[in-house]
Amino acid sequence: MFDGIDLKKVLAATVVAFIATGCGGGGDAGSGGSGGGAAAVENPVDAATAGNISGSIAFEGDAPAMQAIDMAEEPVCADKHESTPMTEAVVVNDNGTLANVFVYVKEGLESLEFPTPDQPVTLDQNGCVYVPHVLGVMAGQDITIKNSDGLLHNINASPTENRGFNMSQPVAMEGTRSFPVAEVMVPLRCDVHGWMTAYIGVVDNPFYAVSGGDGSFDLSTLPPGDYVLEAWHERYGTQTQNVTVVTGETATVTFTFSASMAGAVVPLGDAIDPHDHGSEAARADQ
Amino acid sequence: MNWSWMLPETVSTYGPAIDQMYYIILVITGVVFFLTEGLLIAFLVRYRHKEGRKAAYIHGSTKAEVIWTLTPFLIVMSIALASKSSWDLVKNPANFPADAMQVVVTAKQYEWNVTYAGADGRIGTADDFTSRNQLHVPVNKVVTVNLRSEDVIHSFFLPDFRLKQDAVPGKEISVWFEATRTGEFTLGCAELCGLGHYRMKGTVFVHTDADFQSWAASRAEEEQQ
Amino acid sequence: MSTAQLVSSLEGEDRSQPGYAGEGQHDISFIRKYIFSTDHKTIGKQFLFLSLFFLVVGGALAGLMRWQLGFPGQPLPGGGVLPDTMAPGGIILPEFYNSLVTMHGTIMVFFAIMPLLVGVFGNLLIPLQIGAPDMAFPKLNMMSFWLAVPAGAVMLASFFVEGGAAGAGWTSYAPLSTSGEWTGVYLGQQLWLASLIIMGFSSLTGAVNYITTVINMRAPGMTWFRIPLPTWSLFITAILILLAIPILTGGLIMLLFDQTIGTTFFIPAGSGEPLLWQHVFWFFGHPEVYILILPAMGIVSEVLACRARKPIFGYHAMVLAMIAIAFLGWIVWGHHMFQSGMNPMLGTTFMISTVVIAVPSAIKTFNWLGTLWRGDIHFDTPMLHALSFVSMFIIGGLSGIFMASAPVDMYFHDTYFIVAHIHYVLFGGSLFGIFAGITFWFPKMFGRMMGEGLGKIHFGLTFIFYNMVFFPMHNLGVQGMMRRIYDPNEYEFLRPLQEMNTFISISVFLLVTTQFLFAFNFFWSMFKGRRAPANPWNSNTLEWTVPSPPAHGNFAVMPTVYRGPYEYSSPEVDADFYPQDQPPPGVGSGGHTASGPEPVPGA
Repeated sequence: MFDGIDLKKVLAATVVAFIATGCGGGGDAGSGGSGGGAAAVENPVDAATAGNISGSIAFEGDAPAMQAIDMAEEPVCADKHESTPMTEAVVVNDNGTLANVFVYVKEGLESLEFPTPDQPVTLDQNGCVYVPHVLGVMAGQDITIKNSDGLLHNINASPTENRGFNMSQPVAMEGTRSFPVAEVMVPLRCDVHGWMTAYIGVVDNPFYAVSGGDGSFDLSTLPPGDYVLEAWHERYGTQTQNVTVVTGETATVTFTFSASMAGAVVPLGDAIDPHDHGSEAARADQ
Repeated sequence: MNWSWMLPETVSTYGPAIDQMYYIILVITGVVFFLTEGLLIAFLVRYRHKEGRKAAYIHGSTKAEVIWTLTPFLIVMSIALASKSSWDLVKNPANFPADAMQVVVTAKQYEWNVTYAGADGRIGTADDFTSRNQLHVPVNKVVTVNLRSEDVIHSFFLPDFRLKQDAVPGKEISVWFEATRTGEFTLGCAELCGLGHYRMKGTVFVHTDADFQSWAASRAEEEQQ
Repeated sequence: MSTAQLVSSLEGEDRSQPGYAGEGQHDISFIRKYIFSTDHKTIGKQFLFLSLFFLVVGGALAGLMRWQLGFPGQPLPGGGVLPDTMAPGGIILPEFYNSLVTMHGTIMVFFAIMPLLVGVFGNLLIPLQIGAPDMAFPKLNMMSFWLAVPAGAVMLASFFVEGGAAGAGWTSYAPLSTSGEWTGVYLGQQLWLASLIIMGFSSLTGAVNYITTVINMRAPGMTWFRIPLPTWSLFITAILILLAIPILTGGLIMLLFDQTIGTTFFIPAGSGEPLLWQHVFWFFGHPEVYILILPAMGIVSEVLACRARKPIFGYHAMVLAMIAIAFLGWIVWGHHMFQSGMNPMLGTTFMISTVVIAVPSAIKTFNWLGTLWRGDIHFDTPMLHALSFVSMFIIGGLSGIFMASAPVDMYFHDTYFIVAHIHYVLFGGSLFGIFAGITFWFPKMFGRMMGEGLGKIHFGLTFIFYNMVFFPMHNLGVQGMMRRIYDPNEYEFLRPLQEMNTFISISVFLLVTTQFLFAFNFFWSMFKGRRAPANPWNSNTLEWTVPSPPAHGNFAVMPTVYRGPYEYSSPEVDADFYPQDQPPPGVGSGGHTASGPEPVPGA
């Protein structure tokens, strides 16, 4: 019978569907809202008047033994490691410093607005571990998430200020996400490989760093002024220090973490401990 | 392509009984299938429309109705009653064989974590040890699997053992099996549990008793470090 | 061509002639007549277009799913248009695959098969077959359709929201479905629930209408055991809907509360019980299975008797078997839960009740065979579909017995064996029944005959490709391949099955392509088909005594019913059919005669 009428009905249904869609928001979690306005922002820092911060993360006490990762059922990944892979919750360097500490300017830059870098940062999944384990980005900056293993990883981000996502990468591939709101720290995990965790520090300014193999960090080209620096570690919690930056000079800061701080409150979006299997047996086992 | 209706080899003690039940049903349904479809095709050929044919004016037959009500009833009832013993044997904890080795299998998105009792033979003590996506058992020994889940429902599926049991969060559900030969077999997840469901798999290693003991000792030692 | 002319030509009726039942309705507006219509036939046709549209959507989702299974990890041709959250570079992601699995099942069950059977044939046939001018509550009937439309729109919209469409399976097992924490799907799962809640109200309003209409509005002489089997089946189905849908709706609301306002009905962390969802879902879900098959059984019984020119074998047994199925359907839900962790003692109980339900199905099958026996079988397109319903339903019924045996189900539960089983029942059964129904009543709906040649080609190809798709799934199940897995090659023991999976996928693409023949035939015949007489199939039931299509109000004069609906090849008359309203020899005229000339529309 009335073909024309049916078309109208279908059309109406489609319109309703699209209206509902519009209300629900777009498809991609993070990539929206990053570029646009930020591109117009000029870097407010005058290099002629700027100063720097340099520092290191000291560690006291006995470094706790990390757990060996059981990759027996993941031969592709196991073959990528020369020695038994260990968890990376506490990595103490040979020089007695602590790696994987995220340091950033927490207070003192509120009045300034910084441009979002165009260059993405890369988070790799290689050998069934996240490389790097701790990562800093600016709010809105693209994060390229790469799967170099060619087997299924999922990236399950559980922030509190930003929207979470749970994306999968079944084959060797890349994906891009970003977090529009500053948040320290965003935990990531892979549910396929329970040991895989990473943390992303999302900051409003470009002054952040992660302590590396020598325990040091550098923040350069800051406007002169008084700042509060915060250092964050996934096992030992956070510490803050006041720093004054003077034009043309490099202020030095040392944070000290100790083994006795284990169990400190670690500020996070969502407390996760992937090795807690929730059962008494698993707990007794540790 | 494998068009076979034969089940793969089974390696559990109760597997043959279950397979036998399957083959009985296969034969019964196979006979009914060929009989009914054959009859259907025969009727279609024999009674196809021809000029001048008039269908028989028949409204039914009480006798026929009784026959084809009672016959299927007796057949399917027999199937159900014959199935009862295997079912009770595998799933009813009251019938579980005694003197079993206990393991705890904790499912989570998307891993099977197995906890073994240490030297003290009890689970929940400090000498427990674990393995991820690997279930090691000795051959010819009853193993009771205590299934738990941390997050959503998973299903513990050992196709070669003909065993399947959902792991439900908030519950501990026990099932058992006894392997009849050594080798490596599949452990799969049979209940949709999220995006990594298709990869939530593990291996069952059936060892000789001596091999199992040495594996357990070395694994326990690794874990205690 | 003006709208009025268009409509008139489409309906194949001449409205200029006086004395027509629908004459008084000429002045109602276009919108009232065709959009917000209260005429059961128009609503039936609206449901037809809506549910055929969703059938296409559901088929497309199956095609996407089968691409991944047939060619795992390879980019979908043209898949680049899909957003990165679904298929970056055309590679279907596991979470999108889960959404495809979920939405294919949901759309096919709730938006294609159920409205096709209940919405289309319930509306079209019930008043016409019992001799009523319309439904008991025409406005409620209109509401039923106009609830289904937003429900469908919400369901489709869920694909486009952040996190994508629901991905916890059409069964939405808790706690996977209770939080986006487990699936990454937040809003999509809630829209899924909202859509099904709305759709439930649509089904309920329809069911209330059907029940009331059948009880109260039968023509004089239309006793209970003179009701044609399609109407019987729809009446029983409506009762099942009335009792089952509120249970589902209750469960859906509880699940929605768990997701949104922090209740923990199904969440163990809050002392909830995941198995409660399964009990609620399957307590609805098993009657639902019969909601999806009973009307098809009714349709097939009608077509078989009519095209075999023979009374249906065991009419009373057929009705009683349907009633038995409807009763037993309530006490077998546990067979979906044999491996769920339910008390194993219950396993035995449900095993016994489940095998018993095979008995009425067997009764129906044997009665269909009995109907064909010594018949005069005409192989028209509707008959071919009806016959394939019988042969495919036999396979679907027999394969169910494997899973009914709880220990055998331990191996087959959640494997492709059950996928094969459900598709032999719902495609081989319900969908062939629907094709039989559409091709049989098309002339009554649209006043034109459907193309017979094209219809037969469509049937033949569909039958072949359908079996190429679903029969090998039995073998996949026997080899142990789990259902709902994105890439079976992850399991070493399933790798040898890839060839068969590719074969199935190619067959699916052929099967889907074949349906364009049906669509073409459907629309072509609607405009260009041969004009249909009132009773093209020489059938007995009341809908064939009025013009094709019937006018608003259906019957110019209220018919009187003298006999049952399947008096074919009766010795009382020369013709091989004997319409229900034809007076017996010696009784005053008033109805139509089988031996006389075709009644002229409007005469």
